[in-house]
Amino acid sequence: MAQDKPKLKLAVYWGAACGGCCVSVLDVHEKLLDILAHADLVFWPIALDIKYKDVEEMPDGSIDITLFNGAVRNSENEHMAHVLRQKSKILIAYGSCAYLGGIPGLANFSTREELLRRVYEESESLDNPQKIHPQPSTEVSEGHLHIPSFYNDVLTLGQVVDVDYYIPGCPPQSERLVEVFMDIVSGKDLPPKGSVIGASIRVQCDECKRKKSDKKGITRFYRPWEVTDDGETCLNEQGILCMGPATRAGCGVRCVEGNAPCRGCYGPLDGIGDAGARILSAIASMLDGKEPEEISRATDSIVDPAGTFYRFSLPGSKLRRKVS
Amino acid sequence: MPLTEQTKQDWSPRIVAFFCNWCTYTASDLAGVSRLRYAPSTRVIRVMCSGRIDPEFVIEAFTQGADGVLIGGCHPGDCHYSEGNYKCLRRYHLLQRVIAQMGIDQRRLRLEWISASEGKRLQEVVNEMTETLRQLGPSTIREVVQTVIK
Repeated sequence: MAQDKPKLKLAVYWGAACGGCCVSVLDVHEKLLDILAHADLVFWPIALDIKYKDVEEMPDGSIDITLFNGAVRNSENEHMAHVLRQKSKILIAYGSCAYLGGIPGLANFSTREELLRRVYEESESLDNPQKIHPQPSTEVSEGHLHIPSFYNDVLTLGQVVDVDYYIPGCPPQSERLVEVFMDIVSGKDLPPKGSVIGASIRVQCDECKRKKSDKKGITRFYRPWEVTDDGETCLNEQGILCMGPATRAGCGVRCVEGNAPCRGCYGPLDGIGDAGARILSAIASMLDGKEPEEISRATDSIVDPAGTFYRFSLPGSKLRRKVS
Repeated sequence: MPLTEQTKQDWSPRIVAFFCNWCTYTASDLAGVSRLRYAPSTRVIRVMCSGRIDPEFVIEAFTQGADGVLIGGCHPGDCHYSEGNYKCLRRYHLLQRVIAQMGIDQRRLRLEWISASEGKRLQEVVNEMTETLRQLGPSTIREVVQTVIK
C-alpha cells in the first residue's frame, strides 16, 4: 500500500504493571489495523522481541509516541523511563499506575523492609529456612549476576521523567486510546503539555444513570456482599461505597453499569491536588448524623479508608506514602 | 531523626489553625483585645466556615511542615450557615482515621468548637495543643514527603 507520509513509530512499555494496560491496547480489536495503517510498533515487550539495547541504540526522539504503563518501583523501570523519554517525541503516562501510582502504589503503605520480610520470611507458602532475600548483584561461578534494585518508594512516571500527557484508567478504555491516536495522526491541535487526555472533564456521577437524591443521609456503609443492590438507586445512597462523586468520567461508568461501585481508577478532576482527600471530603459530606458517636459509627463502617480513597493514587498524592 | 536535647529546646511547635470567621476567629480577636497570653504557635487562616475546610488543606499543611493542625468552628447548632460545622465534623472523623493509617499521630489534628465569646477557651486550647505537640516533638512529615527513598 502506498504511503503518502511516513508511518509513525509507536512504542508501548510496562513498568510496575499487571499487563492489563498492554491488553487494553490489544482490546482495540480490529481498530488495531487502523492504528497499524498509520504506525509501526517499534517496541512492545509483551508482543515483540526487541531488546533494551536495541531501544538504547535508536536515535534520540526517533519514537513518535510512547505509551508507558506501570509505576516506577525499581531501577529497571526508572532506567527505561529515562531511555524512553530520550527516544520519544511524545511520552504518555498510560493508565492509573503510570499516572498516579495505581495499585502497585499501595505498597507505599509499607516500607521496603516490611515488604521483603513479608514475602521472603513470613509468607504462608514459603520454603526459605535461611531467610534469603534477593540481592541486586550476586557472584556465581559463571560470573556476576544483576537484578534491578527494589525501591522503598513507588513513584509515578511524572515523578521520574517529564511526561507529555496522561491517560487515566485501570486500564484505560481502549476506545479512548483510538480517539487520542487518531487525533495525533490526523494532526489535530494537541492539548497543552501535562494534560489528562482520553477522559472527560466531568465527574462520574454526571454520566451515571442511577437515581440520585440531594439528601444522601448515609448512616453506615456496607461491604457490597452485605446488601442487595436495587439496581437503580445511587450506590452510595444504598450504603455501598462508590468513588464516583470525586472521580473523573471517561470510562463510560462501566463499573456502575455492571452494578459494581466505582473504585476511582480515572483519578481526580483537573485542579485537584490530592485525589484521596477529595474523595474523603465527598464521602464524608454525604453522611448523616450530628452526634460524634453517630458519625463515628458511619465512618468506622468504612474498612480501610486510606486504602480505599487512595486506591489508585497514593504515590501521586500529597503525602506520597505512609510517613512513619 | 532522633532529636538532641538542644534541638528540642530550640524548636517550638507550629500550628496551622483554620478558624471560622463567625466564631473561632472572632474568639481569637477577643483573646487579643482581652490581652490573654497564649503560646505564639498558631498561624491562623481565616475561612468563612469550618465546612469550607477541605481535607486537602489539612494534608497540605502537614506536607508543608506544620507540626499540628487546629480547626476551630462554631458550636453544634450555632453555625452561621446552619450545617457547615456538622460537615466539618464528619470530614474530621474520617480524616482522623485516614491520617492514622498514613502514620500521622492523631493528636496532631484537633477540632474544637469555640464561640465568639470564648477567648479564654481559645487560650486554653492553643496552650494545650502546643504542649501536646511539644511532647510529640517536631513533625517529620515534610522531610519524608520531600525525600524519595529508592
